[in-house]
Amino acid sequence: MEKVDVRGLSCPLPVMKTKKVMDQGTSEILVTGSTAVALENVSRLAQARAYKINVKKSDKNDWEIELVK
Amino acid sequence: MDKGKWFILITGLIIGAIAVVLVKLGNPPNMGFCVACFERDIAGALGLHRAGVVQYMRPEIIGIVLGALLTSLFAGEFRSRGGSATLVRFIMGMFMMVGALVFLGCPLRDVLRMAGGDYNAVVGLIGFICGVGGGVWFLRRGFNLGQAEESHSKLGGFVLPVIFAILLFILLKGTVFNPEAGGPLFFSKEGPGSMTAPVLISLAAGLLVGFLAQRTRLCMSGGIRDFILIRENYLLIGFIGIFLGALILNIAFGFFKTGFTGQPIAHSMHIWNFLGLFLVGLTATLLGGCPLRQLILSGEGDTDAAAVVLGMIIGAAICHNFMLASAAAKAAAPGVAAVAGGPGIYGQIACVVGIAVMAIIGWSFREE
Repeated sequence: MEKVDVRGLSCPLPVMKTKKVMDQGTSEILVTGSTAVALENVSRLAQARAYKINVKKSDKNDWEIELVK
Repeated sequence: MDKGKWFILITGLIIGAIAVVLVKLGNPPNMGFCVACFERDIAGALGLHRAGVVQYMRPEIIGIVLGALLTSLFAGEFRSRGGSATLVRFIMGMFMMVGALVFLGCPLRDVLRMAGGDYNAVVGLIGFICGVGGGVWFLRRGFNLGQAEESHSKLGGFVLPVIFAILLFILLKGTVFNPEAGGPLFFSKEGPGSMTAPVLISLAAGLLVGFLAQRTRLCMSGGIRDFILIRENYLLIGFIGIFLGALILNIAFGFFKTGFTGQPIAHSMHIWNFLGLFLVGLTATLLGGCPLRQLILSGEGDTDAAAVVLGMIIGAAICHNFMLASAAAKAAAPGVAAVAGGPGIYGQIACVVGIAVMAIIGWSFREE
């Protein structure tokens, strides 16, 4: 499982960092973030790329999601 | 189209419509809402610059910040955070204002100007898109201003909203601190600063826009950035909504008038319309959001965004004190010579320097 930490990053870095790992063909990614905006954007990217989203920690300001393909 | 995209489209339509209604109620033409122009007016109201025609404590700006504050508090999204190259962001805010005042408007006003038929704004849009593209170029090479940290105290996040609340109180109370000087607060007697919708309507419009923009994450530079970067059109739909909302009402109210010349508070120096918004697009992309988005983030407790807002206000004061801001083109009138409009030599230099400074920042802040 590849880990991506996007806590405290400005737009669009959370999406870019996640996308970079996706582009390497990784099928399991654990993303940790700290804003609702980043959660929405990363989730939208995951849906567009047909990843399944498993929410590990759902606090808007301290979240963790697992993306599986 | 999913629910979120419909919501941001409707948000755009409402914001575009509100902007034109504010013009109808007294705000400057094609400027129902301009984040840069209105922050510049606020700098003038505080006496930070002496351009007598652009001084007013714009309630729209105050409303946007307070609207975003209240919305984020209710949504549980308010977090006091900061520490991501704060001083660098402040300087970037100053240069973002230089670009906006060379063009004569922020990206939001660019859309409103296009919806009013101003072709100069199309030139500006091309510059803006290229500027965002430049920012994306740096992002792809690992540009990152660094992680912001959440503070153990919520206080920091309230600082800028509280400052704006105090300014609103002074505006409503009407205190004049130095009657001999006529202010502060200073209020323009002529020019764009004297053109104002009623205070409470402006404030309500700001609060509503603050709410909508906070919920939808509306961002002008983000719309183009996401489309270039990941072919995502969510934010772009909001952008298009603003254009359509303003266009429909401009036609309905008879404000729509196409052309390069005779446009309100605009100039036709194409290269500077292009480069002005190029600088804004580049800076906004490196900052992670356009001037409107920086206001919303400030309301959510982001003190780095608050530094950008303060940088823009101080930048506006510098622009007018050091003659960097463009002049609006004016046709000759009896006893008054025509004004070609556009930036003077100092404004041109500042704009080019701004682009160079952003390139240096863009290159220097690459990771690894």
